[in-house]
Amino acid sequence: MDRLAFDIAHFLAGGLVLISFVLLYQDRLFALLNAYALQALTLAFAVAWQAHIQEAPHLYITAGITLVFKALIIPVALHRMVARLGVHREVETVVSLVPTMLGGIGLVALSMVVMLRVTHGADPLTREDLAFALSVVLLGMLMMVTRTNAVSQVVGFMSLENGLILAAAAAKGMPLVVEISVAFSVLIALIVIGIFLFRIRERFDSVDLQALDDFRGETR
Amino acid sequence: MSALAAYNIQIILFLPLLTAALLAALKSYRVSAAINVGSAFVTFLAACSLLVFRPHSGRYLLIDDLNIVFVVLNTFVAFTTSAFSASYISHELETRRLTGAHLRFYHAMYQLLLGAMNLALTANNIGIMWVAIEVATLTTVLMVGIYRTPQALEAAWKYFILGSVGIALALFGTILIYMAARPVVGEGLNGMVWTELIQHVAAFDPALLNLAFVFLLLGYGTKVGLAPLHAWLPDAHAEGPTPISAVLSGLLLNVALYAVLRFKLLMAANAGAIAPGPLMVALGLLSLVFAGFMLYRRGDIKRLFAYSSIEHMGIIVFAFGMGGAIANFAGLLHMTMHSLTKSAIFFAVGHITQVKGTQQIADIRGLTTTHPFLGWALVVGVIAIAGLPPAGVFMSEFLIVSSTISRAPILAVILVIGLLVAFGALLLRLHGLAFGEPKGETGPVHASYLPLAAHLSLVLVAGVYLPPPLVAWFQHIATSLH
Repeated sequence: MDRLAFDIAHFLAGGLVLISFVLLYQDRLFALLNAYALQALTLAFAVAWQAHIQEAPHLYITAGITLVFKALIIPVALHRMVARLGVHREVETVVSLVPTMLGGIGLVALSMVVMLRVTHGADPLTREDLAFALSVVLLGMLMMVTRTNAVSQVVGFMSLENGLILAAAAAKGMPLVVEISVAFSVLIALIVIGIFLFRIRERFDSVDLQALDDFRGETR
Repeated sequence: MSALAAYNIQIILFLPLLTAALLAALKSYRVSAAINVGSAFVTFLAACSLLVFRPHSGRYLLIDDLNIVFVVLNTFVAFTTSAFSASYISHELETRRLTGAHLRFYHAMYQLLLGAMNLALTANNIGIMWVAIEVATLTTVLMVGIYRTPQALEAAWKYFILGSVGIALALFGTILIYMAARPVVGEGLNGMVWTELIQHVAAFDPALLNLAFVFLLLGYGTKVGLAPLHAWLPDAHAEGPTPISAVLSGLLLNVALYAVLRFKLLMAANAGAIAPGPLMVALGLLSLVFAGFMLYRRGDIKRLFAYSSIEHMGIIVFAFGMGGAIANFAGLLHMTMHSLTKSAIFFAVGHITQVKGTQQIADIRGLTTTHPFLGWALVVGVIAIAGLPPAGVFMSEFLIVSSTISRAPILAVILVIGLLVAFGALLLRLHGLAFGEPKGETGPVHASYLPLAAHLSLVLVAGVYLPPPLVAWFQHIATSLH
């Protein structure tokens, strides 16, 4: 049982990293949102599995929040937003695909080396989960810097937050305060982003941040 | 008065939230502005009463010598800024840059920001502290974007993205701290209570603590505005309403700094962990020198002083990184003086940009002839922030430099070069702004000079005379910081 529990948790956490890579190479916005929803769904399973093996019922709440908000409401809302705004359906990237993927592999290797080295005191499951979580965080960050499109930057940020929730769930007995607050912050963040996207739309007819860069404060 | 003292901590935490709810519902902007000032004043009084009646620290709240300095300073500047804001916004309404609905939102956000900052400063739980700093960040993002010009939106977006990444890194660091604490203090809430952590930190795994500190320093360092993580700061200062620039520079940067200091204390108490000092010294010096050179190329007056904030946060982080009784004392003093001086400068700049209708330095000339009070106040403020005597900033910079010379002469050379570079840039710009042939609008200013005068006189007095109890208090904190 113990071995199986470990394998399943490992599988789910590894799945999150894999989907982070899938997010990296999407070149259409709708596909990107679908991949994000899949990642959130995987995260919900991963957290629920942690709740089961840690016998920590409060983690089910986190899993539920993840499932409802991040796997359903947010992707649907963004989907509708993209459709209504009529923005470019393609994802513009700053760096082309191959270097991005190579960079991503490097980041995963880095986080494995770093996390596995410093956490040798903890139990194996927590160690691996933290290493995976750091990979997801770094990949999310990579996505944010290699995209110019506001929607895909937001997806990058939310995928980064997925990594954080995995880390919080893997840290055994971590107080509930933090988990709920993370979920909350994502919600708040979405509201903020929503407002911004619409305002940006009002001004530029595009959600492409390249357009914003032409309006840098200092023109001289 | 006694009720104020008895419930001081409740007032500090909940009054801003209640006021925020009230202000969100009120239509008249005059009444809102008055309530905003009144509420900030009561919060300030309650903060002062912490000095005398210190509430019991529990698992959620902590009041000790260190954070009282921050709370009192924060609530004071918040109060004076609310007074400045009251005169600032009536002009914005006249010129129709803001509408009544915007102002309702603005006032509510202002109070929410104050409440979040007070919570971050008094929380005894590193998770709650993180949540409070995130809320404070989000409210300022909304306020930076309030003008809805393309520039304001870009600034708010940049601030939001960089701030979120920073705050995410800080959360990862917080989780790692909990991981380090778990084997020692046990599972559950205690692993996040700061007073528990500091008691048992000597037994934590040093490798995990090191990694956590790197994340925390990068995360909260982004919010402090340390180079190379500072990119959001000049834009956010330049494009938002000027009272928000004053609050960002004078308060929010300090709150993030406070978080860094708390974790530095943890690191210092564990013998096996890396010394946090050198990291902070390096980031501090980098920010100072970088911002010093960047000051020369500024064309926008608010950006100019935003870079000056990066420079001064660099000096403060450097001082705390050096550590030791004198450098810590100087760091605290410098932080206080910078908050007071920089917010005073932004008050002056706010009135100036309203009169001139522009933020471009090239279009603002000869202020001392057209607007004597405003012009000379700017001169005094800039001279003070550049570190000339007799202002308080001079004293703290002198202490930092002299204590560094005796311990690490090479660092002192870099420090002095950075200070001189920034000094030159500020005086160069000041000359054009304050003297010479007047240019641009010369209309009268409708403003209350009281907050501006109060801050500048405090800074000038502090340069000549510091009350002995204040010195003793700061010295006490400085020695407890190691």
